[in-house]
Amino acid sequence: MGAKKLQVALYWGAACGGCDVAVLDTNEFILTIAEAADIRFWPIAVDGKYKDVEAMKDGELDLAIFHGAVRNSENEHIAKLLRRKSKLLVAFGSCAHMGGVPGLANLTRKDDIFATAYLGNASLEPGNKTIPHPQTKVDGGTLEIPTFYKRVYRLGDVVEVDYFVPGCPPAPAQVKAVLLAVVKGELPPKKSVVGADERALCDECKRAKTEKKVKRFYRPWEIIQDPSRCLLEQGILCMGSATRGGCGVRCPNSNVGCRGCYGPLPGVTDQGAKFLSAVASIVDSKDRKEVEGILAGLPDFASFAYRYGVPASTLQRSHGA
Amino acid sequence: MNGYEPKLVGFLCNWCSYTGADLAGTSRIQYPPNIRIVRVMCSARIDPSFVLVALARGADGVLVCGCHPGDCHYSEGNYKTMRRFPLLKRVLATYGIEDERVRLEWVSASEGQRFADIVSDMTERLRALGPSRVRTALQTDQLER
Repeated sequence: MGAKKLQVALYWGAACGGCDVAVLDTNEFILTIAEAADIRFWPIAVDGKYKDVEAMKDGELDLAIFHGAVRNSENEHIAKLLRRKSKLLVAFGSCAHMGGVPGLANLTRKDDIFATAYLGNASLEPGNKTIPHPQTKVDGGTLEIPTFYKRVYRLGDVVEVDYFVPGCPPAPAQVKAVLLAVVKGELPPKKSVVGADERALCDECKRAKTEKKVKRFYRPWEIIQDPSRCLLEQGILCMGSATRGGCGVRCPNSNVGCRGCYGPLPGVTDQGAKFLSAVASIVDSKDRKEVEGILAGLPDFASFAYRYGVPASTLQRSHGA
Repeated sequence: MNGYEPKLVGFLCNWCSYTGADLAGTSRIQYPPNIRIVRVMCSARIDPSFVLVALARGADGVLVCGCHPGDCHYSEGNYKTMRRFPLLKRVLATYGIEDERVRLEWVSASEGQRFADIVSDMTERLRALGPSRVRTALQTDQLER
């Protein structure tokens, strides 16, 4: 390799850790990365403290990969820190890109989340009513923990992001391609979504597609599906028509409908609205009552259609009183 | 709520509802000026995201009008709208948007009076409901976490 190794940091915000595993899923390629790059900071795999990052010069890092949404003040602090220290900041995975599954919390409220998690949870110690507060006075001083925000943000809401890599998690082949592009310096225009296609998943899906007319929607366990035919035509929800391809059609090839983790197609903001439009249009009825009956077979539709992207949707969060 | 005037966005299909609204005008039927009308070729052209964008940008209500079922100029367009609307309403409810803020009505080219009545009724309901919080909420979200 050349004289200077690439300086890299990886971090997780509000995430499950699956994106870190996706990086490791590149298997022995990770060793190639280690040859070309110094991993300066990666909480899940490498020792390194926040103060080490704080001690770096601005722009000292070449690449910072951020997984996870921004849920609390710690996530935001590190996002801003890495933005300052790194020449390139990549929003990696659905959570950093669109808010992801943690973003579904935007359909409820902080108070309700705390009540469920800390007061109403069946596994709590009886009588324990401890709710986390950012500051707690104890003997000898004040303890601080990060502030839990009232809603979830995308990485792009709090800092400027250079590239977006979608997926929950991004497919290992795409991870590889993205890292190689950085190493070789072959970068697309800034702000682009990389590691994904410009066309819908249906374009890559091998299932046979004919006219779509649906009299009844099925939960996956309610029907024996035909593995050669479009899932949506069989009444099984599949978000392929509203989702970017590039993942290798992982879900439909495993007989599961697409969940939309690669996000909306280019030019689309609200993936859920596009999917809503597609699903409702194929309902095979002209009678309002019957239409409503068929649509009743889609319980909690909003959480399905916006599974990975409530913070990225047009309305972003619940506006209820 | 002093001085509050609801902002109502109307998406009207060219062939029936827009012509119906035009008839209301040429017939000198009075209705509140709170509605801002957007003419589209068919109610099926109204992507659900149009309604969401209108709400996010500060509309207090959105009215969608198309031809009566069976009367669509393109024979089937309004049926698509009829199918999308209940699902859209459910998504809006999940997002905490009040039921009365978004409404679907069928208005034919001869129903100028009906159009005026719908706009008057919806404007009054929105006035009673008060301003939508969506736009300010999205702005303050970015200023204070």
